[in-house]
Amino acid sequence: MSGWLSALFDSLDPFCGPVGIFTWLGGTGLISCGDSGWGDEIAFGVKVTISLALATLPVGLLIGFLIALAAQSEEKLLRLAAGIYTTIFRGLPELLTLFIVYYGAQMLIQSVLAFFGYDGRVEINAFVAGLVALAVVFSSYSSEVLLSAFRAIPRGQYEAGDALGLRRGKTMLLIVLPQLIRIALPGMTNLWLILLKDTSYVSVIGLADIVRQTGVAARVSKEAFFFYFLACMLYLVLAMISSFGLGFIERWAKRSEVSR
Amino acid sequence: MIVTKELIPPRPAPAVLHRPLTTAKVVGLAVLVLWALLAMALISMVIEGWDPAKFERYGPRYLNGLWTTISLVGVSIVLGALLSLPVAFARMSKNRVLNTISYAYVYLFRSTPLLAQLFLIYYGLGSFRPQLESVGLWWFFREAWYCGLFSLTLNTAAYQAEILRGAIQSVPTGQHEGAAALGISKRVAFWKIILPQALIVALRPYGNEIILMIKGSAVVAIVTVYDLMGETRYAFSRTFDYQTYLWAAIFYLSMVEALRHLWNFIERRLTRHLVR
Repeated sequence: MSGWLSALFDSLDPFCGPVGIFTWLGGTGLISCGDSGWGDEIAFGVKVTISLALATLPVGLLIGFLIALAAQSEEKLLRLAAGIYTTIFRGLPELLTLFIVYYGAQMLIQSVLAFFGYDGRVEINAFVAGLVALAVVFSSYSSEVLLSAFRAIPRGQYEAGDALGLRRGKTMLLIVLPQLIRIALPGMTNLWLILLKDTSYVSVIGLADIVRQTGVAARVSKEAFFFYFLACMLYLVLAMISSFGLGFIERWAKRSEVSR
Repeated sequence: MIVTKELIPPRPAPAVLHRPLTTAKVVGLAVLVLWALLAMALISMVIEGWDPAKFERYGPRYLNGLWTTISLVGVSIVLGALLSLPVAFARMSKNRVLNTISYAYVYLFRSTPLLAQLFLIYYGLGSFRPQLESVGLWWFFREAWYCGLFSLTLNTAAYQAEILRGAIQSVPTGQHEGAAALGISKRVAFWKIILPQALIVALRPYGNEIILMIKGSAVVAIVTVYDLMGETRYAFSRTFDYQTYLWAAIFYLSMVEALRHLWNFIERRLTRHLVR
């Protein structure tokens, strides 16, 4: 069964499958799939970029939602705590956040282990470091989008939930959240496109994403312009696919609204 | 007929309600304590690891890097604003060709990462050295600083063109018609009526764009420009001292916060005639 599935996926592989773009256009040249070309390496880079962005999205959304809840609560302390978080991570360059997380987490783990009597060198996974850094940045931006969406929902909606005898959690889940998603979706679309572009920074800490893989190919083959142009085109195609998909989701979310 | 027999005697004020300790309060307090602990850990790290020799060695370099970042961002914002004018007008024109070209430019530069654009310009154009030498442009594309400036300018021009276009198109048609009805020529109407209103709309997006550029300009460190980030990486590679990144964070944060407050002030000042 799984063999059959993987065979299906292999045949549908958009890069190096039988109908893949690199198999088609690559021939036996620079971007062919195999030992002579860079097609399979770059295809791997695309997979890393997509999986990093997809893995960051739920984490960032969850943290962002919690921050937005904190920022709109009546409790002053909670608002202050959320404000500090968003101010710091919206003010730092993404690259710096990445380095701070990458080296900071390494040092933190090392010092904790040293406390327990382990003196070894710790290398943290570049994927995890990238995920944490991008999630932190994404969450601080998405909290602003969600916060303004929260403000767009009138108080009456909460009061109606109370009047119906729903608990706070149920009110949030059944009444507020469905409206929130619809209002926040355009902002979230932007943030997703920004996230997709920001994943390029992880190439700096050595994760084999699109920029890293095309960079290696460029250095080895001395065809820098071609490979970096290919990298730009790959990001462009990813952005096009996601804006197409997100447009579809947006229309789906709006299906209950009155068409004008 | 109502006859009041007795008055209600004065009563003490109701007791002050003690607000109960809610979960929100506890969580807020816990998170604040966590922030405070983190801040104290970082401050103690800076104080413990304080080394005057390092400060003397890298302090001036940091200031140089700060100046490089500021000049890079400043120049590219100004050049980008100039370049964004024709792009924005091409985007609004009815000419099919101009429209398509400017749309493709904006779309391309807005949906690819700045890092890839920078590599394309620095390494990619660098591989055309003979051709560039023959047209006499090699001095420009040889320097990492110029390449950084060039890619930042192209990038910000695409964003600024969209800001400008959105702002100009947000001015209601009635303003154009009103100007036409008063017999004001198109050119004067644009400079005196449309643009001032559009720029107020564009003020906040422009501020955000400058902040994004300050943050985005950190990528030029990767192509060996010694801006603030570049100096930080240099200092870290020499000392392996985590403090170097903290200092960079302080510099970047203060730049962004200063700009944000300045922008709030400018906006309040310029829109005071709109406040009701």
